[in-house]
Parts: sequence; C-alpha cells; structure tokens
Amino acid sequence: MSGQMTQVNRLDGGQIDRGSSLKFKFDGKSFTGHAGDTLASALLANGVRLMGRSFKYHRPRGPLSAGSEEPNAIVTLRDGARAEPNTRATTAELFEGLTARSQNCWPSVKFDVMAVNDAASDFLAAGFYYKTFMWPASFWEKVYEPIIRRAAGLGALSMQEDPDQYDKGFRHCDLLIIGAGPSGLMAALTAGRAGKDVILADEDFALGGRLLSENMAVGGKAALDWTTQTVAELSSMPNVRLMTRTTVMGAFDHGIYGAVERVSDHLFEPAAGKPRQILWRIYAGKTMLCAGAIERPIAFENNDRPGIMLASAMRSYVNRWAVTPAQRVAIFTSCDDGHRTAADLHAKGVKIAAVIDTRSETPMSMDYEVLAGAQVINTKGRLGLAFVEVQQADGSMRTLECGALGVSGGWNPNVHLTCHQRGRPAWNAELSAFVPGGTLPPGMSVAGAASGDLSTYGALHSGAKGAADAFGIKAADVPTAADTPAKQSAFWYVEGCKRAWLDQQNDVTVKDVKLAHQEGFKSVEHLKRYTTLGMATDQGKTSNMGGLAIMAEIAGKGIPDVGTTIFRPPYTPVSIGALAGRMRGMEFHPTRLTPSHFWAKERGAVFVEVGNWLRAQWFPIEGETHWRQSVDREVKATRASVGVCDCTTLGKIDVQGADAATFLNKLYCNPFAKLAVGKVRYGLMLREDGIAMDDGTAGRLAEDHFVVTTTTAKAGPVYQHMEFVRQCLMPDADVQLISTTEAWAQYAVAGPNSRKLLQKIVDPEFDISNEAFEFMACANITVCGGLRARLFRISFSGEMAFEIAVPSRYGDALMRKLMEEGEEFDVVPYGTEALGVMRIEKGHAAGNELNGTTTANNLGMGRMVSKKKDSIGTVLSERAGLNEEDALKLVGVKPLAREDKITAGGHLMAADGPVDAAHDQGYVTSAAYSPEVGSMIGLAFIKSGDARMGEKMRLVSPVTDSEVEVEVTSAHFVDPEGGRQRA
Amino acid sequence: MRLKCPVCGERDRREFYYVGDAVALARPDPDAGEAAWDDYVHNRDNPAGVTRDLWQHEAGCAAWIVVTRNTVSHEILETALAADVKRAMS
Repeated sequence: MSGQMTQVNRLDGGQIDRGSSLKFKFDGKSFTGHAGDTLASALLANGVRLMGRSFKYHRPRGPLSAGSEEPNAIVTLRDGARAEPNTRATTAELFEGLTARSQNCWPSVKFDVMAVNDAASDFLAAGFYYKTFMWPASFWEKVYEPIIRRAAGLGALSMQEDPDQYDKGFRHCDLLIIGAGPSGLMAALTAGRAGKDVILADEDFALGGRLLSENMAVGGKAALDWTTQTVAELSSMPNVRLMTRTTVMGAFDHGIYGAVERVSDHLFEPAAGKPRQILWRIYAGKTMLCAGAIERPIAFENNDRPGIMLASAMRSYVNRWAVTPAQRVAIFTSCDDGHRTAADLHAKGVKIAAVIDTRSETPMSMDYEVLAGAQVINTKGRLGLAFVEVQQADGSMRTLECGALGVSGGWNPNVHLTCHQRGRPAWNAELSAFVPGGTLPPGMSVAGAASGDLSTYGALHSGAKGAADAFGIKAADVPTAADTPAKQSAFWYVEGCKRAWLDQQNDVTVKDVKLAHQEGFKSVEHLKRYTTLGMATDQGKTSNMGGLAIMAEIAGKGIPDVGTTIFRPPYTPVSIGALAGRMRGMEFHPTRLTPSHFWAKERGAVFVEVGNWLRAQWFPIEGETHWRQSVDREVKATRASVGVCDCTTLGKIDVQGADAATFLNKLYCNPFAKLAVGKVRYGLMLREDGIAMDDGTAGRLAEDHFVVTTTTAKAGPVYQHMEFVRQCLMPDADVQLISTTEAWAQYAVAGPNSRKLLQKIVDPEFDISNEAFEFMACANITVCGGLRARLFRISFSGEMAFEIAVPSRYGDALMRKLMEEGEEFDVVPYGTEALGVMRIEKGHAAGNELNGTTTANNLGMGRMVSKKKDSIGTVLSERAGLNEEDALKLVGVKPLAREDKITAGGHLMAADGPVDAAHDQGYVTSAAYSPEVGSMIGLAFIKSGDARMGEKMRLVSPVTDSEVEVEVTSAHFVDPEGGRQRA
Repeated sequence: MRLKCPVCGERDRREFYYVGDAVALARPDPDAGEAAWDDYVHNRDNPAGVTRDLWQHEAGCAAWIVVTRNTVSHEILETALAADVKRAMS
C-alpha cells in the first residue's frame, strides 16, 4: 500500500514535497509522510488525532496548535541514547526513520491505567497535593513524592549519555529581527537594503511566519510567492544572515540575546562533525521583536478532546501542510477570524458542519451553515471528538457530528520577550489583549502582530517603519495587502462550564481557578502557583489570558486591575546539552599540562587534578601494588640521595620596576625592602582583614627585578590581588607585573645529592657550592651548555634542595636530562603525595593550614608581621579577637601507639573530660604516614599549642568514629635545626 | 551583560572579574581607628540603584575598573580606570 493511500486526511496543494515519502513510527506503528511535514501534520494526515495523555488526569489529547506554543502533543522523539522527552510534535520536523512515543500513558495511549485519575477528578482539584500529602511529614520524601513523580512527570530521560555534540557561538549585528513573518521580512528588507548587518532569526524551518499558512494576496500575488521572492532577495544580501530553526529564547542585559539553533534536530542523526544544536549569544545594536500573535482558545466543557484545536492552526494544517484534521469540521469562534478557517477548509473540499459564532451579528456564508449567537456547551467522543453540543441563539440544543472543531477566541500579541527585563505588558481594551508595555529590553522595538497591529498590511508597514526609525533610514516600499484588522471581542469561556480546560498542559480547569479564588488565592501570582496555571513548559502561551479573565470576573474587576504575570526566559524549553555546549566531562574546564607531562605519563605516573592542572601524584614501579609503597619509597629515596619533583604549577609572577621592593613590602606582611640581590625570602601575604591569604617566596634577581612564587591553587587570585594593590592602591609606583607561570618549567631537586646532580648540568662558570650559593640564594644561570635558567636554593622538603627553572619548551628535555644524569645517584621522580609527606614532616604550612581562617599568629609566624610598615592586613591582624591568650597555634601530633591513625579533620580534646564542642582544643589539618617517624603524623592547630609540647590528648573524629591518643609535638618532625637544608 | 573597558572597549561580562564596592580604593591610614577600618573592610551598602564597584578585566588587559551602574535597571553609567580614580582621590 502506498503512503499516499494511507494518508486519508491529505488534501491537495500545500508546501510539502509529494515526491518524497518518509517512513516513520509513532507508538510502534508505521506511517508515511512527506518532506516539509511536522510529526503532527503527518500524523493528522494519517488520521491520527490522539497523540498523548495529559499530565495530571491522563486525558486523551491531540494537538491544539501548529507551532511552539503547543501544550498537548508532547512526545518522546527518537530511541535509545538520543531519546528526547517532551518534544512538541507540532514543531518536530519529519525525517526518514523518525520514531516517536506518546507520554504520560501506560500501557498505551489508548488504554491508560492512570486515566482513573480523571474519574477521581473531584478529589484532584487545585491544591489537592498541598492539602493531601501534608501529613505525616516524614511520608513526603519516602512515600508520596516518589509515587507522585512516577505517576506524573512529563516524559522520562533515557539515562544514557547524549551521543551528540552541542556548541556555542557568538554573533554581532546592527539589527536582530526575531520572527520572519510579514513584519520581520519588511524590517530585514529595510535594514538590509541600507547596508546594515542584519540577523533574521525564526524558530520555523521555513521563513514567512503566518504568510506560509494564509490564503491571501500580498503585493498583488499569492502571499507565498511574495514571501519566496522576498527571502530570495534577502539571501542575496551579504550583510543579512538568515537563521532558520533558531529560537531566540531570551533577552538579556545590554542587547544580548540567547538563541538556540537546531542544526541537526531535523535529521536522523547529525552529519559527521556537526553539532546537534548551537547556543548563540547574539550581541545586537537594535532588536525588533516581530514574533506575531498567538490565537487564544475558548474554554467550554470537555474542550480538550483530540480534534479540538485552534482555528488558525487548522488553517496552517490545511494551507501549509495540505492536511485536514477530519473530514467533517465545525468552527467555534467569537471573531471574524474563525470564519476564514471555514472558508479555507471549504475551498479545499472539507465538509463544514457549521460555524458557531458567539456573536449575534456575524458574517454569513452561502456555502455552509453559520449559527449566530450560539455556543458549544459540551463535546462527546471516546479518544477523540465525535459530536459537539450547541446551544443556539434561541436556547434550543443541537448536536453536530464532526471529527474536528476549530476554536478562535481572538489573538494575543506574542509579548514573551518584551517581559524578559521585567517589562510588564499593558492592557489594550480595543483588542481585549495585553500588548508590550513597561520598559522593554534596551534597544528593542516591537512590530507587527506582536505590537498589536493585527492586519497583514499593518504588519508589513510596521516592520518597515520600525527598521527605518531605528536607524533613520528609508523604509522599503510596503506591498499591498489586506488592512482590515481582525475584530476581536472578549469571550473567554462558556457560562456554566466546569471541566473546561484552560491550561491543557498542566490540566487546569475553569473550576480550579474559581476554587483557588474561593480559597483566598486572589493575587494573580498566587493563583498561578496554587493552580499551576501557566507553569508548564509552554509557560501558558495559550492559557494565561483565560485564567486572568476568569479571575477578573470572579473578583468583579477589570482584567488590567487583576494584572498579569510576566514571561521569563527561555521562550521555549532549552536542552541542558545546548547550555552545556562542549563543557562536558573532562572538557568541563580546561586541563593544563606541564611541559614534562608526557614524560611523567611514560613513567606511569598517577595524576591528580590540582586547580586545572594535572600533577603527578606518585610514580609506581614494578611490584608496587599500593600507593603507600610508591610514596614511602619516593620519600626515602629523596631523603637518602636525591629526588626531582615537577613544581611548574606553582604561580610565578615577575615583578619589575624601580619601586618593586616597595611594592612587595606593601604586599607581604614581612619586610622585603632590604632583601639583597641574589637572595630569596619566604613571604606571607595577608588579606586586609588580617587572615593569611597565601605564602610563597620572592627572589631578587636584580635591584628592580623580583620573582614571586605562589601556591598552585592561588596563582590566579594572588596575581589579581597584586594587580589590585598596584593599580588601586599604588597607581604611581614604578612597578610592572606579569604572570610567567606558563613561561617557565620548574623542578625541585631535593636530597643530600641534589648539588652533585645539578653540578653535572649547570654550566661550569656558575659556582653552586654551599659557599658560593648558600641556602636561600638565587641567580640567573645557564645549564647544559648555554640554556638560560633560574636557580633558587629553597627547600620545601627540609633537605638540601634547589628549584631550577628553564623556558617551558625545555622542560621535558631538562627532566629527562636530570633522570639520566641522576642515574648514578639513584635519582627518583616524586609526586605530590611524597611532596606532601615531606612538607608535613618538615612542618611547612600549605593550603590545609592557610585555609582562610588562620592568621600569622596561628601559624606561628606572628613575629614575622612587621610593625614598622603599613602592609596589607597588618592593621587588622592586631585585632584583639585574633590575638587572644589561648589562640590556636600550629603544632605537630603523633599517636602514642604507632599503628594508630591520625585523621585530618579530627578534633583534639584533653586527655580526659567530656568530648564535645565546648571542650574542643583544636583540630588536625594535615596527616600523613611518615617513613622518617615510622608512624602517622599530623599538623594541628591547638589552643596555646606552642605551650603544650608533650601533652597527651585525644584525637576524636565522630565522622569516622575514631578516637586515638596522641602527643603534642613540634611541627618540625624532621631536622628541626634546619642543618640539612643549609648543608 | 557588557562592560566598557577603558582600554579595550566594550567586552562581554565573562572577561571580567567582579570584586565588590569601589570603597576598596579608599584604604584608611594605619592609625585611622577601628571604625574606619571596619567600614573599609567589612561594612557595605546594598543599594537598589546606583552603585560603584570594582571589576578587573581579567581575561583582557588586567586593568582594574571602577564601574558605576544601576542595580535595578542594570544600566552601566560609567567606567573608569581604577588607577585614574585613585590618583584623583589624592
């Protein structure tokens, strides 16, 4: 059987490619459609009206609209990892092999168990959940919520990784036009012909807006021909960028717009190397919102049966997609617009059951029956519309047989994006609708139906004029078109209806709104939250107005007095993938590799993320099965002979200028002015509130040249802070800063044989003997026959140690050279774990101790803070609260029993007495197994710790449920006199 | 959000680092007293309206900038190099 034969509701004409036949599946059943179809138009063509179940009552539903405002026809598109829940069938383009499933139903869309909710609807009205699941409180999380979530919810995730790529991009333009209907096209022509950089974006895959759906003349020709010709002219302009399938989803500060381009959503899968979607950030000088209008439904009893849809949507299906939703159709309208649908359907040979017009004076027709002053008071049909019950002008009842009903209650200007900067729409009594009002996003103007100009000529004209006014240029000539504005009256709902649906996506009825009011939810914001009206993924594009109108009527107020809620970004839902872009997994942030990273990888290093860096944590060798074996070996080998550690990641900031020393004096709490050239000094930076910020070293390479190092984690913030001090506090000082962290590869060479090893590579004219190059010396030198390098004699491990820096591109070669030359000393590379063990053994503070709560006094460096100068943080470091008698002091702890564990984060209590916060004596910041001591050791802050050496205390950790006895010791477990580092 | 860096021109917000009230430029003398230091380090206004704060063009020229803006309308009223502002204060 050919596709055409099964497409029982397909008409002649339309903008579909009848030469193509696309096979697709819906709920497991195969169908065919054509290129140019949406999933909804193809299903309707195949006689399928039922596309899903509603969210709360599981009522059968079909499409209400033919666009992105759709509340009902929400499906899960595609299978497997690409499955995408909550896709609107009305905007999903048909492609060969498309698969879709209906949602909110089990076991099938035709027989849904949860439809029992519908029969129980008396109990499920507004506020039901709030009232029912209040008690007992503990039941909410464990019982009620999981059940509700399973029963409700909109679709389900595949729970698999999205296989597609998403991208982000940036675009700039003089004029961004949102919507390519008649006003948008004329705005683009006007600005484009004047040479402006224009972006014309439309969510649809074809440009033209309503012109694609209307059977009318523009410029003396068919609207579609005029559109095609106009788009062709715009395409030929190099300064105009046409973006189809692109939803401008938000208006942000300062002329920035977010837009999602669905690059590959209309394909079975993205082409190789192409993203699924692109999130554009558009910087627009001016913006014109030409988003048109959205037709509003009328509420009446059982107005949600599949087959009942907006009259304008029906016109789109008939004219654009050549599809009728049924063979026999009725229209229910409160304005002239509904009659146009009847005329268009009739012209295509569809049988019109009747046009039911609420007004007593209506346009009449020779071709079909028009019932003036009549209303639809109920509908019937299982799983779809079969009959409508009409109350005629004289009060008599009549039943009409029809498979579809087009409903028209007038049009609402699409003001969504005008609200994104908190602009509040204004009531227009003539249109009985809200129009853009309040403060619009800067640079935005509104044209066409979106501004309330509801005629075709009005839209064309206001588009051209808007662009002309924005730039002071000549407007493009406006073609002739119908200029009778649609008359619309305020007719929101049929008197006496109860289960008449306002918000079909969240299942909110007229009765719910009345109930909310009765229960005291009288503000429009409260109404919205209590009933969930307008809070579904469609943001109530087709439902908010009806709710407001009913609220106003009950309250005896006018609609403008009740007020309106405003819309927020995004205009339509945006996938998380588009927002994430390429920032997924390891690409969430940049990964920084040191110059010798690949050497370390060859050595089998285990890496750890430190900031954005990958640092070698340890280097396991054959036979080692536990990280502690590797770390202990690295520590022992370094302390016995020599080890090399990559410390490139430490921040390195070059400070130059005549006032460089004065500057550092301001920056560090300890003095720097008198540091000799060729010397390095440890420096502690305080925050202005007296808390320690960071530590490091500063080496003076020349009178006016220092090299400052920072911790790895604080390299960025410290540089920023230094620029702050320079620019904001000392703007006239002669000092310049540059971060050179990436410019130099730097290695710590530590251990008793470190000098011997370095002597093999340092060029012979540089004497690095202890006499010529003592502890805390620094110099510019050359290595390996002329390669420039910097040498610092500093030690973090407590051993005799050097740090040697070479230009980054030589880092890998230097590391290999050190390993090769060090073979005779059994050199080992060591990682951050061994580094950590050795610094804890030596009692050096690091990030765990400089933790944002500690002062120089706590760190045992109180005397370093110079009182003779005004440096950052000195004033507030003297606050009484930071200098109490029993202030925390940095000390060491070790267990009384060798095998006991020291737990970082554990708290210290006196040897006996209660264990509680009131008796807390301090806490352990760092812990490690010390090969030197032969047990675990820790660094700790203890009240008056420096005066409690030898005291026995209890280390308790309720988190790990441990309590061990420890002894307070000096923080310097290794070589407390410092003889080794000076050797 | 866009900010005009006095050196680089109008740039996207994400190139900048925000630090807070421009009062940070008015560092008191060491002997200004507790109240002055409290105001400098801790006490901040939270105005609905015009505010002056410090930003750094972190991913650009590294200039510190005093931005005068309206916290209600998000309008950027003025941007100036912090160094120039500081010089003018003395």
